[in-house]
Amino acid sequence: MNNDKTLSGRAEVLEGFGEHPAVKAILACDPEALIDARWDRGELTLTIATREICAAARAVQTAGYDFLEDLTAVDWFPSSPRFQVSYHILSHSLKEYIRLRVMLEGESPSVESMTAVWPSANYYEREVFDLFGIHFEGHPNERRIMLPDDWEGHPLRKDYPVEGYR
Amino acid sequence: MTETIGTPILAAPPAEGAKDQHMVLNMGPQHPATHGVLRLVLEIDGEIVVHIYPEIGYLHTGIEKTCEAKHYQQVVPLTDRINYLDPMSNNLCYCLAVEKLLGLEIPQKGQWLRVVLAELSRLNSHLIWLGTHAMDIGALTVFLYTFREREEILRIFEGLAGQRMMTSYIRIGGVSMEPPLDFFDRVQAFINLLPEKIDEYSNLLTGNPIFRNRLKGVGYLSRQDAIALGVSGPPMRASGVDFDLRRDIPYSSYEKFSFHVPISTDGDCWARYEVRLVEMRESVKIIQQALDGMPEGAVSAEAPKIVLPDREKMKTQMEALIHHFKIVSEGFTVPAGEVYQGIEAGHGATGYYVVSDGSAKPYRVHMRYPSFATLQALEAMCKGRMLADVVAVVGSIDIVLGEIDR
Repeated sequence: MNNDKTLSGRAEVLEGFGEHPAVKAILACDPEALIDARWDRGELTLTIATREICAAARAVQTAGYDFLEDLTAVDWFPSSPRFQVSYHILSHSLKEYIRLRVMLEGESPSVESMTAVWPSANYYEREVFDLFGIHFEGHPNERRIMLPDDWEGHPLRKDYPVEGYR
Repeated sequence: MTETIGTPILAAPPAEGAKDQHMVLNMGPQHPATHGVLRLVLEIDGEIVVHIYPEIGYLHTGIEKTCEAKHYQQVVPLTDRINYLDPMSNNLCYCLAVEKLLGLEIPQKGQWLRVVLAELSRLNSHLIWLGTHAMDIGALTVFLYTFREREEILRIFEGLAGQRMMTSYIRIGGVSMEPPLDFFDRVQAFINLLPEKIDEYSNLLTGNPIFRNRLKGVGYLSRQDAIALGVSGPPMRASGVDFDLRRDIPYSSYEKFSFHVPISTDGDCWARYEVRLVEMRESVKIIQQALDGMPEGAVSAEAPKIVLPDREKMKTQMEALIHHFKIVSEGFTVPAGEVYQGIEAGHGATGYYVVSDGSAKPYRVHMRYPSFATLQALEAMCKGRMLADVVAVVGSIDIVLGEIDR
């Protein structure tokens, strides 16, 4: 697929990437799980329904995407849905990355923990919990990791000031 | 005790009754063998490690938040401070990510020069690892020898960028300026010398029975655990995963270089030592190929709105002066989008996730650093082994606390 081309939206990506192993695996698992997709600058982004993220991750894991390289969040304040959680998954055999993402509402954001699929998600989810205040259901040890336990607020949220006294 | 120190992953709770006999030992944050401010709370049964609870965050400076308030080009100096032993790789990874967002193509000479710098930086990182690791085990001499060679790398960096450690030499769109005239000769002299120095370290350590016994069979990490726990770089390859981003997902013209990726299936500290030693020799080969085939031409892209003009041009040409003023005062805008760029740094897979909203400041910058994930595997490597092995294992996974805490 041409790296300069941009495909946006589920239908366009499915047309160009119908045979992509990750897309196929997710569709085989649950066709409803894939709600949006984008191919931009040579990177494939698949937006997954929040409750299906672990099922989708298991599906791509079976399809050869074996390594969770990175997990982080983006705060789109004041847009709605406010939070985006991005999972960068690497395949050692296919030699490529894919990005799964879920969108979460701003009021008490919460998503299923990925630790059951990849134990390495543990620290990453603690970091996101600490700095964004996103709750991961089923996380074995959801505590602050960078900041002291009695810290107030979540610094990487956009409504948290960058400068000045707290 | 468990309420305050939490429950680790992949660990069954100790049997009822047995727990009362366990001792909790605090190691760090001020401890010479933790390579920075890492605090390990060790639950031990006699001298056997039962659990390890790493406590991190002592160096947390909120770099990701700071990046959101800076222009794109102002983020480059921040990246040096994350992994201060491998500065060029940090610069490279961030610049590659932003260049991907911009769709900017770098001239061949710039790409090859970046390869030379990234490999010198990797050698710097590996030399420090070897010296401090051997020192942790008790072989003090090697430290003095590796720092002698590392000093030469720092001098080359100083001649190049004016700074020994926080170089900020690789910039968005290329590098900050043409390398000095003697740069390539100095690098050539250095890599002519290094292979025999590596033999010297190897002579001191490989046959040394104490070093061998402290590392062989210690800190075993299986292939499955390495992948499940997010371990990357040399520790992953020492556990038998044949993957190197430089070879498998090449960036910055790495596909034009031929080199061997060392693999071991032993998964212990000794395997990690051997893999890194071979990696150093391979880095020398890559630098040699880059010096031999260094293309002619410019080191930075022809993009006046992004790359700062030459000093001479800025003083003589009106256009260049305007561009310089614009870049410094208000930066440049980057088309909206999100990219993830992974590279193989000295410690393993480093990645920058940059999200742009179309303005001159990054909307979000996230850094994926290998030590953060590798630290999670510490318990899997140390569990059920002697307390003294923890020091050997922490040394062998080569962590830097700057990149864990960010």
